[in-house]
Amino acid sequence: MKILVAVKRVIDYNVQVRVKEDNSGVVTENIKMSTNPPDDNAVEEAVKIKESGKVKEVIAVTVGEEKAQETVRKALAVGVDRGIHVKSEGILEPLAVSKILQKIVEKEKPDLVFMGKQAIDDDCNQTGQMLAALLNWPQATFASKIVVKDKSLEVTREIDEGLETIEVNIPSVITCDLRLNEPRYASLPNIMKAKKKPLEQINVADLGVDTKPRIEQIKVEEPPKRKSGIKVANVAELVQKLKNEAKVI
Amino acid sequence: MSVLLIAEHNNKEVKPFTLNAVTAASQMDQDLHVLVIGNKADEVAKSLSKVSNIKKVIHIDNEIYENYLAENFTPLIVKQSANYSHIVCSANTFGKNLMPRVSALLNTSQVSDIIKVISPDTFLRPIYAGNAFATVKSMDQKKCITIRPTSFDPAPSSGGSAEIVKEEPGESSPLLKFIKKEEVKSDRPELGTARVVISGGRGMQKAENFKLITAIADKLNAAVGASRAAVDAGYITNDHQVGQTGKVVVPDLYIAVGISGAIQHLAGMKESKVIVAINKDGEAPIFSVADYGLEADLFDALPQFLEELNKLNTIQK
Amino acid sequence: MSKEVMEYDAVIVGGGPSGLATAIKLKQLDSNLNICLLEKGSEIGAHILSGNVFETKALDELIPNWKELNSPVKTKVTKEKFLFLGRHKSLSWPTWLLPSVQKNHKNYIISLANLCRWLAEQAEKLGVEIFPGFPASEIIYNQDGSVKGIATQDMGVDKDGNKKDSYQPGMELYAKVTVFAEGCRGHLGKQLIKKFNLDEGKNPQQYGIGFKEIWEISEKNHQEGLVMHTAGWPLDNNTYGGSFVYHAENKQIFLGYVIGLDYKNPHLSPFDEFQRFKTHPAIKKIIEGGKRISYGARALIEGGIQSLPKMFMPGALLVGCNAGTLNMPKIKGSHTAMKSGIIAAETINEHIKENKDLSIYEEKFKRSWAYKELYAARNIKPSFGWGLIPGIIFTGIDQILFRGKLPFTLKHKHADHETLKSANKMPKIDYPKYDNIITFDKTSSVYLTGTNHAENQPVHLKLTNPNLPIDYTLDKFDEPAQRYCPVGVYEIQRENNKAKFVINSQNCIHCKTCDIKEPSQNINWVTPEGGGGPKYGNM
Repeated sequence: MKILVAVKRVIDYNVQVRVKEDNSGVVTENIKMSTNPPDDNAVEEAVKIKESGKVKEVIAVTVGEEKAQETVRKALAVGVDRGIHVKSEGILEPLAVSKILQKIVEKEKPDLVFMGKQAIDDDCNQTGQMLAALLNWPQATFASKIVVKDKSLEVTREIDEGLETIEVNIPSVITCDLRLNEPRYASLPNIMKAKKKPLEQINVADLGVDTKPRIEQIKVEEPPKRKSGIKVANVAELVQKLKNEAKVI
Repeated sequence: MSVLLIAEHNNKEVKPFTLNAVTAASQMDQDLHVLVIGNKADEVAKSLSKVSNIKKVIHIDNEIYENYLAENFTPLIVKQSANYSHIVCSANTFGKNLMPRVSALLNTSQVSDIIKVISPDTFLRPIYAGNAFATVKSMDQKKCITIRPTSFDPAPSSGGSAEIVKEEPGESSPLLKFIKKEEVKSDRPELGTARVVISGGRGMQKAENFKLITAIADKLNAAVGASRAAVDAGYITNDHQVGQTGKVVVPDLYIAVGISGAIQHLAGMKESKVIVAINKDGEAPIFSVADYGLEADLFDALPQFLEELNKLNTIQK
Repeated sequence: MSKEVMEYDAVIVGGGPSGLATAIKLKQLDSNLNICLLEKGSEIGAHILSGNVFETKALDELIPNWKELNSPVKTKVTKEKFLFLGRHKSLSWPTWLLPSVQKNHKNYIISLANLCRWLAEQAEKLGVEIFPGFPASEIIYNQDGSVKGIATQDMGVDKDGNKKDSYQPGMELYAKVTVFAEGCRGHLGKQLIKKFNLDEGKNPQQYGIGFKEIWEISEKNHQEGLVMHTAGWPLDNNTYGGSFVYHAENKQIFLGYVIGLDYKNPHLSPFDEFQRFKTHPAIKKIIEGGKRISYGARALIEGGIQSLPKMFMPGALLVGCNAGTLNMPKIKGSHTAMKSGIIAAETINEHIKENKDLSIYEEKFKRSWAYKELYAARNIKPSFGWGLIPGIIFTGIDQILFRGKLPFTLKHKHADHETLKSANKMPKIDYPKYDNIITFDKTSSVYLTGTNHAENQPVHLKLTNPNLPIDYTLDKFDEPAQRYCPVGVYEIQRENNKAKFVINSQNCIHCKTCDIKEPSQNINWVTPEGGGGPKYGNM
C-alpha cells in the first residue's frame, strides 16, 4: 500500500496575523511560516502506519511557491519516503488544489490520501472532501482514530455531538484532527537524510488543471473592535439587564 | 433563482442551528427551499414547513439516510441543485463534511463559514481563526455556501405553511458503512457549542472555588470555561481553556469571572454576543470588551448572582 | 543510554551575526570543512533582536559583493538627531558636537533578523549545515578537560521529566573546535567562563536590557533614513540608558530603549520606563496615529574591554557577545561580533591545518580594528557611573579632545546583580496607566512576540533555591523579577495572604535579564525545548 499526504505551508500558529494596510490580504513578509498543524498529524499517522508494516511507501505533496517545499522536507525528516512539490504562485482555492491533487493521485496511484482537516490560514475545510468527490472515493473527515484493516479503515471522527465511527473502503481520503496523535520531532540525522531524499518538482501548468480563481477577494479587514459597554452597580442590576435588555437569560 | 438549504436534524427534530441557517439563506434569496434527507423524518419535514421563511420542503426518506454519510447525501443534492442558484447549510461538522463534496461535483468554489450576507454573491467570512475578516464575491453561477450559525438569529419556527414534496431516494454507497455514534453525555453542554459560557480566571484563587462557577453554570445550563492562568495554576483541567491556545467560543452569553483579560484570552471569546465581566480590578482589560461590567469581589458577587437567578421565574436554556 | 554522535570540523552554537560570520568564513577558507550550526529558535532570525544601525565594515570583508546579492542592507542613514529630553521639553544637540563614535553617516538602518536570514542563505549555499530548532543544552568535555562538543536538548520530555510518546533524545556533536556564539549571556558561555576562569582579572561584566517596538507610522511623520537618539527623561540622572528611533523602510520605525542593568532602585520597571518614554511630546508626535506591530526585548553587553573575558579555551572559542564584543557608546555590536567570527574562522582553519594554538584567536582579535574601537570607547560607560551630566562632560573630553586615548582605564565596580538597594530605602515609582494607543501592558506586548513553548515540558527557568523569592527577595527587594522581566514571566500571587512565586515560563522571550539581574543569582536560564521562544519577524 501507498499513502499520499498533502501538506500546506501557512503562517505559524503562534504569529499574530496582521492585515495589510491596503486591505488586500494579510502580511506574509518577514513572518515565520510552518506546516499547517493538522497536516503534521496526517504525516505522523501515515508514518506510523508505515512503521507498522501495513504500508510500503509514504509520499508527501505540497502545492505552492518555492519555499513551500520546506513543509515537504520537514515531512521527509520524520519518515516520509519521497516528496512532490507542485510549483505555483498566488492564491489557489481548495477546488483548484483538489484538482491538482487528483492529477497527482492519478499519477502516483496511492491507496490512501491523508491531510489535515483544515488549513489555519483560509479556514476553508474543503480540500479533502473535494478530492474524495472528484475521485469518487469515500471520505473520513476529522479523524481522531484510524484502524487499518485489510481492505478498509475504521475511522473515528470528531463530530459536534461526540464521536462517530465509520468504515471506509480503500482507496479513501482521510482528513486528520489534532487529536489523532502527537507528531514526533525530527532528529538531526533524519533532517540531514531528508535533504538527500527525492523531491520531485512539477509546474502546475504542466498538469493541465484550471486553477483560475472563482472567488474574488474584495478586501481583508481587521475584525471590528468591540466597544466597551456599561458598568453596572450591583448584581441585581446585572441580572435585570441580562434578562430584559440583552435578553440572554 | 432559489436557495436550497440542507437541513440538519436527528430524524425526529430539526437541529436548532438549521433555523439560524434559514435566516442567512433567506437573505440570499426569498425563495428558500429546504431539503430534508433522513429516515422516517416526517416530523422534521412537518416542523420545517411551519418555519415562516421557508417556501417549500423537499423530503427524501429512506433507511439508508439514518446517518449522515456525505457519500449518500451528495448525489441527491447534486440532482436537486439544477433548480437552484445557492446550495447552503450550516458550517458545523455536518455541513463541513458534506458541502465540499457537493461543491466539487458541481465544479464550484465553495464559500465556507460566512458570518454575513452582503449581497446574494458577496459574503463576509472570518479567516486566520477570526483574526481577519475577508469580504469575498463568488463568481460561480451556482454557489455552495456554509453558514456560521451563531452569526445569525434563528428564524421563527412558526408562521409558515410550506408545501412538502416527497422525492425518490437514491442508492446507498458501497464505499463505506456507518458503525456507531457515541454522543458525549454530559450534564453540561460542550464548551464549543454552548449557548452560555461562564469562565473563571486566576481570581478564583483555588480549585474548590470553581464550585461557585459550576453552581451558576448548572442554573444557566452553561459550559464552564477558564483562562490559561487558571489552568496553569491547576484550578481546572486544560480542556476548559478558552483562548488563543485553547478553544475559541462564540456563545450568546459569556461571563468572565476573575479574568483580567489577557489578549490571548480575549482572542478566544471576543466574538461572543454578550460579554459580562466580574472583576474587582476596575482597570482590568476585560472591561474594555464587556457589555456589562461589574466591579466587585467575585466571592460576594457569585453567590448573589446565583440568588438573583433563583428569583427569576424563567431562565432561557 | 548513550546518545547518538556526529562529528564535525567545527560546531557553531547560535545563528546570530557572529556565528554565521564564523560559518561563512570557514567555508570560504576551505570548502571541504564540515561545519554545523545550531540555532535554538524555530528559524534563523526568530530570536534576533537589535536596533539596528549597521556598520558594514565586517560585512565588506566577509562578503565584499553583498550589494549585488540582494542583501537586506538597503536603507542608508541620511540624517541624524540627538535629543536631551526633559519632562516636557527636548533639547536638540548639534551633531557636530557628538563624539565620532556616535555618528552614523555611511551606516545603514537594517533589521538584524533579516540580515541573519540572508547570511544563513549565503552560508547554506557554501555548504554549512544549519539546524534551527535545536538548542545546545550541554557542553561535552574530553577527559583532559578540553571541550569536545555539545549535546542537543532532549525533546518530548514532560514537565516532571518523564519521556512522552514523542520523546526524541538529543545528540552529541563533537568538533575539532566548538564555537559558542549564543549572544549576550549565553547559558553555555556562562558555564565556560566559570569553568575555565575566563574572566579572571577582568571587571565584572555589565549588561543592559534593550526593548524594541516596530511601528508603522503615518507618511508625514516618516523620514526614511533618519536616526535619532535620546538621553534623559524618563530616567533619573543616576540610571544609564537612552532611546533610539530609526526610520526604516516601508513607513516603519524601529523604536527602542536601553537601560543599564546596574540600576539601583528595585522598584524600577524597565518595561514601564520604555512605555512612559513614548509619551514624551517629542516621541508621541512621531508615533501618534501609527500602529505598533512588533515588540521584543533582549539583554545586551555593555562592559567593553574591561569586562571582555579570555575568548579561547582548549577546544573552544567564544565569539561576539557570548564574549562581549559590543561597542556600547556606539550602540553597535553586529560589526564587531561579525569581525570576531571572521577571526575565529581564520584561527580554526590554522588550528586544523597547521596545528596552531587557539590562543592566536585573541592575539589576532587584539590586533584588529574591532579591538581598537572597543579600546577607544572603554571609558565612556563607566564614566556615566558618576551620573548623566558628568558622564557627558567626561565623554566629550575623552572622545572629542583625546579620541579615546586618555592614559587610564576606568573600572566597572559591581556586577549588575549587586547594585540593587533595599526596597524600603528606595522610592516607589508610580508609572502611568497604559492607554492601549501609545503605551501597552506586558500581556498584549508578549502577544506580538509570537512566543510560545510547547506545553508540558520542564520549566526552563530554574531556581537554585525555590524558597528564596518568597523568604528573602520579596521582603528585601519587593521581588524585582516582577518588574525587570519584560514579558511578565514572574508574578507574585497572594492566596489567603500567603505569597506564591509563579513562573509563567511559556511567555519567556529568552532575553536573559533574570539570569543577570536576580540579586542572589538564584534564577538560572536553561534551554527549553527547541523551537520555543519568540518568533520575531524583522526585529
